[in-house]
Amino acid sequence: MADGVIGDSQVDKSRRVFLTAATATTGAIGVAFALVPFISSWMPSERARAFGAPAELDLSKVEPGQMVMVIWRKQPIYVVRRTPAMLASLAGHDDRLKDPTSAHSDQPPYAKNVQRARKGEYLVLIGICTHLGCLPKQRFEPGFAELGADWPGGFFCPCHGSRFDLAGRVFDGSPASVNLRVPPYAFANDQTLVIGVDAANQKGAA
Amino acid sequence: MAPAVPPPAAKRAGLRAWIYKRFPVEEFISSQLTGYYAPKNFNFWYFFGSLALLVLVLQLVTGIFLTMFYKPGEATSFDSIEFIMREVQWGWLIRYLHSSGASLFFIIVYLHMFRAILYGSYKTPRELLWLIGMLVYFALMAEAFLGYVLPWGNMSFWGAQVIVNLFGTIPMIGPGLVEWIRGDYGIADATLNRFFALHVAAVPLAILLLVVLHLVALHETGSNNPDGIEIKERVGADGHPLDGIPFHPYYTVKDIVGVGVMFVMLAIVVFFVPTFGGLFLEPANFEPANPMSTPEHIAPVWYFTPYYAILRAVPDQRLGALLMFLSVALFVFLPWLDRSPVKSMRYRGPLSRMALAIFAVCFVALGYLGLQPAEGLYVVLARVFACGYFGFFLLMPWYSRVDKVKPVPERVVFHGHP
Repeated sequence: MADGVIGDSQVDKSRRVFLTAATATTGAIGVAFALVPFISSWMPSERARAFGAPAELDLSKVEPGQMVMVIWRKQPIYVVRRTPAMLASLAGHDDRLKDPTSAHSDQPPYAKNVQRARKGEYLVLIGICTHLGCLPKQRFEPGFAELGADWPGGFFCPCHGSRFDLAGRVFDGSPASVNLRVPPYAFANDQTLVIGVDAANQKGAA
Repeated sequence: MAPAVPPPAAKRAGLRAWIYKRFPVEEFISSQLTGYYAPKNFNFWYFFGSLALLVLVLQLVTGIFLTMFYKPGEATSFDSIEFIMREVQWGWLIRYLHSSGASLFFIIVYLHMFRAILYGSYKTPRELLWLIGMLVYFALMAEAFLGYVLPWGNMSFWGAQVIVNLFGTIPMIGPGLVEWIRGDYGIADATLNRFFALHVAAVPLAILLLVVLHLVALHETGSNNPDGIEIKERVGADGHPLDGIPFHPYYTVKDIVGVGVMFVMLAIVVFFVPTFGGLFLEPANFEPANPMSTPEHIAPVWYFTPYYAILRAVPDQRLGALLMFLSVALFVFLPWLDRSPVKSMRYRGPLSRMALAIFAVCFVALGYLGLQPAEGLYVVLARVFACGYFGFFLLMPWYSRVDKVKPVPERVVFHGHP
């Protein structure tokens, strides 16, 4: 055996195993940390976050019975200030609805009720037909000519004829199978609606 | 296996000698081509491995040229494709070769996989070869999906929407994962750009690496053959398998015939029916992406429709996604699901033959149903065929074991040409 070469008998195996394991572990931790910036780079960018920020609406400008459209995350959001008569129109046609209790539809838990709203007065919906993505039209007057005498008022999709009531619930005989979706929203105060957050003090664009 | 002996050093001179001293070109050629022995009884089914390699090259070359003119981005993608089609010299040909090449790739890969199932090519000792091949297939599926999004037509957009949302069905991490994949709150510019990076760099590199590993594994075990007999077990006096012939020139020449036929068929598609009646390029994708309007019915390109039909056949969305992933993943387990003592279908009994026939019918039928709207009779049929599809895999440990098998001959069956 040449000088300076250690024979097998002189090797401290346990020491060698420990050093190998320690080096490998340290290296693995380093790799894990190095992955963080690369994986994080795929998260929505600051710009995407800014564009995806919650949309605010001053409700004092919305008259009773009126609908306004707000754009949030490139989606049309319908906000309807419902009159007591409009709210009353929600009763009495459950048997003609596909999902009267919104059991199979998409909405935040606080909008999973008959009025599909946090506050009955304000209906907030994503204005995209759940059938194929067209924009349903407002047909708020009861008994609207084309929609029959028993029409309670609601939305009508011009593309394939899906019909929804004034809570966005879909009628039988529509190609859409679920109710119009409700986005997350909250009231910052009595006059300010914030679309895109579940609580007004929550940071946006979660 | 002893490779053919390289020419003695004395016979080499000049540049050849200079290179040989520095790089093992000749060892490579003799061990992988002229001295690589393949079974002499290959048939029609054995064209598709080398053809797949050729189509990969075709896709790489046409793809590199397309990236020279394509501009990823919400505002530019669709227009740059139209620019390629109308204004780039011969751009239409390069793009149609690439789009038809994608479908051709899947036709070839499906026939290649069917061959492996037909002759038991995944069985011992080729399990790793099969597994690596499956990884190539998965990478190819990812590559095809990513590429499909790039033209940013309306079907690109909504296809991406449907596929990315599938990840949202994963419990707990789903919604966050979807946001991470998209890089925005909807399918957006960020999504398109990262899909471009993955499609032109990351996934092709992975495919190339996996194909090399696939070939290394193949050349270690040697090819299976229609009789499922290990030719290495009968070696002649020269050390080569008695039933083997050198890959080059015998199979290179045979494969050139296949290449010719394939290019004729590709040319017919590219020149006369580039959209193939909406199967290779869907009509809805000739409209720009529109987040406000969904196409009449969303269907993926034909090569994904068997799995898509399974997804839609299940009423529960989460279970549907799970079964769809399972339907793709089950192929991986074939080497262990198959308990038959013989490899090739030639020596298997009626149960295995029937099961394979049912599976082939189910796969094609599901492929058809995945293109149809998910309503009425179509859904019922999709459920029936999905049962057949899963039955092929899940019952295999039983029917492959109890099935009658014929005795396997010692040497491959080969009828020479008079």
